Order: sequence, then structure tokens, then C-alpha cells
Amino acid sequence: MNAMKSRYEAVIGLEVHAQMTTATKIFCGCSTAFGAPPNSHTCPVCLGLPGALPVLNRKVVEFAIRAGLASRCTIAPRSVFARKNYFYPDLPKGYQISQYELPICIGGHLEIETKEGARKTIGITRIHMEEDAGKLIHPGEGSGYSHVDLNRAGIPLLEIVSEPDMRSADEAVAYLRKLHQTVVYLGICDGNLEEGSFRCDANVSVRLQGAARFGTRAELKNINSFRFVKQAIEYEIERQIDLVECGGTVVQETRLFDSVSGVTRSMRSKEEAHDYRYFPDPDLVPVIVSAEWIDEVRTALPELPEAKIDRFTTALNLSRQDAELLAADRALADYFEACVAVHNNPKGCANWVMGEVLRGLNESGLSVAACPLTPENLGGMVARIDDGTISGKIAKTVFQEMWDSGKSADRIIEEKGLRQVTDSGAIEGIVDEIIAANAEQAAQYRAGKEKVFGFFVGQVMKASKGKANPQAVNDILRHKLAQG
Amino acid sequence: MELTALTIHEMRKHLAAGDVSAAELTDAFLRRIHELDGRINAFIRITENQAREAAERADRRLREGKAAPLTGIPLALKDIFVTEGIETTCASNILKGFVPPYDGTAVARLREQDAVFLGKLNMDEFAMGSSNENSAFGPVKNPWDPNRVAGGSSGGSAAAVAAHMAAGTLGTDTGGSIRQPASHCGVVGLKPTYGRVSRYGVIAYASSLDQVGPLARDVEDCALLLQAIAGFDARDATSVDLPVADYPATLKNGVKSLRIGRPKEYFITGLDADVAAAINAALEVYAGLGAEIVDISLPHTDYAVACYYLIATAEASSNLARFEGVRFGQRVDRGDGLLEMYRNTRAQGFGAEVKRRIMLGTFALSSGYYDAYYLKAQKVRTLIREDFTAAFGQVDVILTPVAPTPAFSLGEKIDNPLQMYLSDIFTIPVNLAGTCALSLPCGFSAGGLPIGMQLIGKPFAEETILRTAYAFEAATATAERPPLPSAEPAVP
Amino acid sequence: MKITPETVHHVADLARLSLGEDEVVNLTSEMDLILAYVEKLNQLDTAGITPTAHAVPLENAFRDDLASPSLGAEKALHNAPDSAEGCFRVPKVIE
Repeated sequence: MNAMKSRYEAVIGLEVHAQMTTATKIFCGCSTAFGAPPNSHTCPVCLGLPGALPVLNRKVVEFAIRAGLASRCTIAPRSVFARKNYFYPDLPKGYQISQYELPICIGGHLEIETKEGARKTIGITRIHMEEDAGKLIHPGEGSGYSHVDLNRAGIPLLEIVSEPDMRSADEAVAYLRKLHQTVVYLGICDGNLEEGSFRCDANVSVRLQGAARFGTRAELKNINSFRFVKQAIEYEIERQIDLVECGGTVVQETRLFDSVSGVTRSMRSKEEAHDYRYFPDPDLVPVIVSAEWIDEVRTALPELPEAKIDRFTTALNLSRQDAELLAADRALADYFEACVAVHNNPKGCANWVMGEVLRGLNESGLSVAACPLTPENLGGMVARIDDGTISGKIAKTVFQEMWDSGKSADRIIEEKGLRQVTDSGAIEGIVDEIIAANAEQAAQYRAGKEKVFGFFVGQVMKASKGKANPQAVNDILRHKLAQG
Repeated sequence: MELTALTIHEMRKHLAAGDVSAAELTDAFLRRIHELDGRINAFIRITENQAREAAERADRRLREGKAAPLTGIPLALKDIFVTEGIETTCASNILKGFVPPYDGTAVARLREQDAVFLGKLNMDEFAMGSSNENSAFGPVKNPWDPNRVAGGSSGGSAAAVAAHMAAGTLGTDTGGSIRQPASHCGVVGLKPTYGRVSRYGVIAYASSLDQVGPLARDVEDCALLLQAIAGFDARDATSVDLPVADYPATLKNGVKSLRIGRPKEYFITGLDADVAAAINAALEVYAGLGAEIVDISLPHTDYAVACYYLIATAEASSNLARFEGVRFGQRVDRGDGLLEMYRNTRAQGFGAEVKRRIMLGTFALSSGYYDAYYLKAQKVRTLIREDFTAAFGQVDVILTPVAPTPAFSLGEKIDNPLQMYLSDIFTIPVNLAGTCALSLPCGFSAGGLPIGMQLIGKPFAEETILRTAYAFEAATATAERPPLPSAEPAVP
Repeated sequence: MKITPETVHHVADLARLSLGEDEVVNLTSEMDLILAYVEKLNQLDTAGITPTAHAVPLENAFRDDLASPSLGAEKALHNAPDSAEGCFRVPKVIE
């Protein structure tokens, strides 16, 4: 079975539609905010009323240039909007304003890392601007109707088309994650797959290894999570190989992914292939992007993940692993850096961020933006560990208090009297008492039972209510026990 | 005085002097509409209450001394202009009952001045036609002869002015739809340069060709109307941000040393003898006024109709896709599903000419034919534009006939679409080139039908063609004109 | 390019127009006639000519990313032939 499958190679290309986080729609001033009552964010333009005309939102062009720069595309000096003509109830004008022959960006790439750790370059054929369609709602079984909500109609989209460079579902997911991270990093898309602001269609085909031509491809739609992308593509690859092995032919069609059953199904749609009758939209004029504009956008680009990882490893001396983890999420990276800004111990801050902060966020289901512990407070706490005011152990208590109350480390240390005891005289006093009170264990230790040392440490810490400096306790205990 | 016989500029004087009120003017026109329009059918809808309310506001403003140039002037709008709260049909069954929730820009600019809107005017359905016989509300009759067409597609706009049922009107011109009916009805009609007047709120036929323009009794009125509506609009990406000249102020600048081109391709053998005579006489008048007449050539003229009927129909097929019964207008739902709803709604809602053009346009854009038809036409369009650019290197204005014949009879060409299309031969090239042109009455046929001449100007030189027209008007003011049909109902 | 009834049917499908038999017959001959007429454009050599997509050479007509008032659902639905639950309602769409 696997021998058969390994004779084949899968060829995968991905088309992503990313909703832009502009305040208003691409061709009118209606709000793009999610979740409003149906049809409340509409106007003559996005409703497609007779006589209405589109006017392009400059910010959408800026966002497109950002995306193009981040993916090393050529930004077209001149690009044109075209009408894609078809009939559907969620498409008010009976055409979608998109870009066809002259898109705004062409010929870029993204680097991905495969599971084996190898780097691969995935080409990006083009990026273009277009408007989103409205939403169709199907009321329920037995209803002979569909409902149309046009709030989404006119929301700006970037369509990002990859070259068919991926050869496995894993590569596809890696590319998708990279692209997702990029657009979120750029601040142009919120990347929310569940809400539909980052949508992916996959073109999948198979061919015998070494074959020159591509096989017929199927287009998979309705995949709204990274996990489903992997499932859907893997299923489809197998389906196509089975089909071809049995002498069948793959049909060029659109297939919907059913996440419940894990299969792809042919869409029971129109038999005729769409003839979109593209032509340049006469209501819109060409977009001319000058070198100056590109430079402006380039200068204002946020630091991208690779650059950030480089900086974390070289300037902040973090390990590559730590840098990658922190840089994966821009908000997390910003949090980390805000912490370091307060107290310049990158490694120390990183440990707390990657450890307790992430744990806390995961447990409470919060995003970094909603973290109840500010990075400034965290930095303040790390500073107190580093200057010896509190021990690492006590810090855990302080951390939880800060998380729950929002107070600063200093305030909590003060209020709860958590300063660690470092005065060796005081510690010696406690150690003397404990040794005296536990002569039997002291003898055992001197006789060679190393494990008993932990008991003494525990007792001293308990007696000092945890505030004794652990290192000092250790040193003094060893010294005194050895004295015998 | 006969209030409805006044021109806009005359009305302004009387309103300013206080010897007539906006209410009186409005009353007079409403009465005349009621008396006459049954025979002419220029109006789809008469907005009597709104007109009287607007007249009241206008009178208040006049009393306060805050009048704008068109305050209180009774106008009417082709039913292609979206008017908030007033049913707008584009003379189509598919839009019956459509009440727009917004005003278009040209309409809003007139409203701002507190002009009075008497009603919405009849037209060829979706602006597709040259005779106003393609209306779901019946044809418009030519006020000069009820058995003849008024011209199209702004037939109602021209007829209303000609019959003194409005002081001025707005129309639209995509292939001649202001100029040709103006010529057939003996009034002045102006198609501004593409981009001079906003298209926001104008139901689109062919987006790269449509323009809004005024029709009026004389050139000065036209200038006043154009002044009110011209200028950049941020809501129309194809509107041009160039300063608007003061059109009324330069009307009297004359035509001394003006170079007027006479393109040989427009003086063809098929031209009606009366039309040819009238145009040639007009050229003589201009020569007498000190203009220089220059023979020129617009070599690609013969290809303009073919070019237009590919581009206009292609754009129209796309613009009219939104009429499918989902969000507005009529819907035909026989319970057999969405696809049938679309097909039946459009089949029943659109008239024959509209369907014909949608079919042609869809074909011209369709897979396999785009290059040969639509793209080819856009290239020929460049050649036609270049003809004009070259010509305007030699002359300032181009003078041509507007139509090959005076108004033809109702029903004469309706069964022969191609013949109908060919009658637009003189007006279409101007739309393809995107420049400005005006139609001005310059004579009558032997049968007493109006003949118009076309003055074509360089892009954004509306000022030039207006003063050129004004000079002719002034020079021929005493020429004999047959009387208009009177207010008494004609014997059936 | 000869127009046949099949062409007419195909184009009518694309344009979502249902046509009666008479209409198909008429349109076939009308379209054939008109398209035969427009063939004359092929008499012109347009190699190297840039097509005119816009009558005026405008570029970069933008608006700022600033909100302007929406109509509100009531006005948006005012002309709807059928509506329910704040939405436009159509015969069920089968996906």
C-alpha cells in the first residue's frame, strides 16, 4: 500500500483570502467590525444599489504593499481593478471587484521549515486586492429559504496565491502558519480563522514521481483550521491516488471538506464552468505605486519574525529556541521586550514569559493582549530576584499575587513582608537551632546519609517562613553540619 | 406674461425682482404638464407635493435674499437619476416600486440651491435607445409632431423643455442621448466632458461613456444648469478634479478667429438634404461672424458605431447584473428555485432592447471572444480618440450634424435594431473620445421638424462650445420659428 | 462568427435570462446581423495600440480609511422584495 503511494508525488498550492483590518470597507465608508446585526453596516455602494459607485480605500493599497514587501514580491507600479462577473445572492452587484491581469504584487516567496528541520522556499505567484462577498445564512432544515447579510460585502481582502510548490500536507500547514504569522505581524489581518478573517483553499493534485506535467487538480474549500488543512489535504491526496490506481481520472472540481467525517465531497454546484468575463472596471482608475510610496511603507514596516529572532539571538543573547518561541507571536514578543525594557535581563525575563506567563494565559484562555499581569510588573519582579530581594521560590508567590491583584512586585513584597533573609547571622541562628533540635538527623548526615540534607534545608526554610536565601541556607548548613 | 414660456435666465430676473414667486412658477408648470403631457408622455411621475414644498422653501430663501442661481426654478429629471424618497424606475418594469434611500450628486447639488423638481422624466429603458420607444411607460411623442419620436434616450427631458413643461431638465448621454433628442425637439442639449459631472447616483448603462448634462431652451440656460452640477465629486472615482469655469460669464466672448472644423466624414451622401442645408447655412453664419472654417478629417468615424455597440453593451451587461430581484425592484418567484427566480425576474422585467444589449455585451466579454470583440473595440476607441486629439491641433471647435435625418416616425425603426444604431453615427464618436459636445437648434426641415447642429469641443472646453453656440443663437435670434403646439388639447 | 441558437442559449444562461422560443429565433438573427456588422473593426490594424479603458487619464483616486454613516438595516431592507430576520430572503441556495 505504502509502496504504491510512494510512487506518487502530491502537488499542492494554496490560495488564502485574508481580511484586512482597515476601519472601513474597501470601496465605501461602512464599518468592517465583526458581529454587528445583519445589514447594519451597509450603504448604497456595498449594497450594490443602482447608481452607486466604488472609491478605493488607500489603506488597503498600503496593506497590500506591506504584504508584498514582507513576502519579497515585486510591487506592480501600475495595477488595475477588474470585474469578475457571476450571479450569487451574496454578491450584490452581480460582479466582484477584484484584480485580474494586473495585480498589485507578483513573484514573491516565503521560507518555511519542514518537520525534519530543512528549509524550503515556497513561491508566491501573486497578491491582489478584492472585495469580500456577503454572507448566506441557511435558516434550518425544511426552510425553503436562504438569508443574505451584506455586512461582509465590501470588506477588503488580500488574495495570496502560492506556487504549487508544496509536496505534503505538512508543508502546506507550515506555509500556512508562516503566512498567518506574517500577516498578523504586519498588522494587516487579525488572522482569526474561526471568524473567517483568514481563509484557505487548497489546490491538490497527484502525479507519478518524476512526471513532468502536473496532474488534474481539485480545489478544496471550507477549511477553517490548521488541523483541518492537514486532514483535508491528506485525505484528498489519498483519495486521488486511490482513484488513479484504480484506473479512474481526477476531475477538476471544487470539493468541500467535511470536518465531521474528515472527507472531501464534490460540490453539488453548477455543472458549467464559470465564465467570469473579466474586464477592467470602468468605475475605478489604475493604482500607481511610486518608488517613494514603497519606501514609505518599507520604513514603517514592523519588524518581521526572522529579523526579530536574529535580534533576540545576537543582541539579547537568547537561544535560538527561546527566540523562536517568543517571536512566534508578535504580541508575546512585544510583551517580552516591554519586560526587558524595565529590567535588562533578557534570559531571566524570557524564562518567566515562556514559563509562568504562558501557562497562566493558557489556563485562563486569555490572549497576550488580555494578560492581567503587565510586562512592566513582571520586569519589576525579575529585578527583585536579580538583586536578591526575593528568592526564586518566593517569586512564584509574588507572581501569582501580581497576576491576581495587578499590583506591582514591590508593593506585594512590602505588604506581605516577603523580603528574603540574607543576613548570615540570622540564618546561622536558625541553622543552629534546627541542628540542635534534630541531633539524630545530624548524626545520620555526618554518617554519610546525604539525603538528610534536604530535610534540614526544608526545616530551615520552614522556620524562616521561606524567606531565607536558599543559597545562603545551603552554604551555612553544609558548613555547620560539617563542623559536627 | 406666459410664465412657462420664460427661460431660466428670464425667470431669475423676475424672481429677484419679486414680480413672480417660485410658487407661481411651479403652479404654472404643473398646470401645463397636466394639460399637455397626456399627449406627449414626457413624464413618468409628477411630484406635485414635493414641487410645491420646494417652491415654498425657495420663496422663503428668495425673500431672505439668499437665493442661489437656480433657487425656485422648476426643473425635471430623467428617471435615471436616483432621487431619495421618490420612485426611480429608469423606465423599466424591473425597477417599478424602487424608492432609493439616497440622492445622487447632481440631484443633491440642485436641491442645495432649492431648485424645484416637477417630476421624473420618461426615457428609453436603462438609457438604451435612440427614440424613447423602449420605455415600459410608453413612447414619448415629439412635441412638434405627435407621430414622430422625440429621440432618445433622454426623450422626456427634451420634450418637456420643448413643450414648456419644465424650464430645464437633466438628461444623460452615452452615445448621443442628450444631443439627439435635443436636436429632434428643437432645444439645446449639452454633453459635458467625461468626468466633468459626477455619475454618483446615475443608474449606470455604460460606465466609461455615461455623462450627465442639461437640456434647456437656450444656451444661457444650459450654461446655468451646467454651472450648478459640474465639478469634482469624491464619491465618483472617475470625476475629474479640475476647476469649473464660470460658464455664463464667458458666453458673450464671441467667435472672432475661432477655428471651426468641418469633418468630411460627417457630410456623407446619406445625409438628409434639409439637414445638410441647415448645417451648411450654419457654417456660413459662423464665417460671417469672423470664424475660420477649416476642412478636417476624422478618419475612423465609420468604425464608431461598431466600436460603441461592443463597449457599451459589454459594460451594460455587467452593470445590469445587479437587477435580479434579491434586494430591490420587482421579483418573479414561481417557487421553482433561485436560478429560475433570476431568469424569470430578468426575462419579465427587462424590455426587448435591454435584453438584446445584455446578450450582445455578455457575448462580447465571454470566454474566447473577449479579445476579438471587447478588447478590439477598446483599441479602435483609442484610434477614434486620437482622431479628435489630432483635429483639435488644427481647430478649436468641430461642427457637424447631430442626426442624419430629422425625427423619424414612431415605429419606423423599432424593428430594425441595426438601423436604429446607425442613426447615432454623428454623436457616438464624441462619447468614445470622452470629450464635450452641444446640440443647438439651427433650422427646420421642410416638414417643420427641428434640425440641430453639433458643436464638439476639446476635453474640458465646455466654455468654448457654449460661447460658440451663444454667438450663433444671438446672430439668428430673429429667424422664423414655427409655433409650438398650443396648450389646447389637439383634435384626436 | 456565425451565431447559432446554441450560442444564444449559452449566452442567455450566462446572463440569467430565460428566453421564449420566439425570442431565441429573433435574437439569433439579430445578434448575427449586429456581430456581422461589427466585424468591420477587423479592417483596422490595431497591433501595438493600447486599449482605452478610461476616457480620462486619471489615476490613484482614493478615499481615506474613515467611517461614514451606514444606511442602517431598515433603510437597507426597505426595497427588499422579501426579507426576514433582518436579512434579504431568497429561495434556498443549494451549495
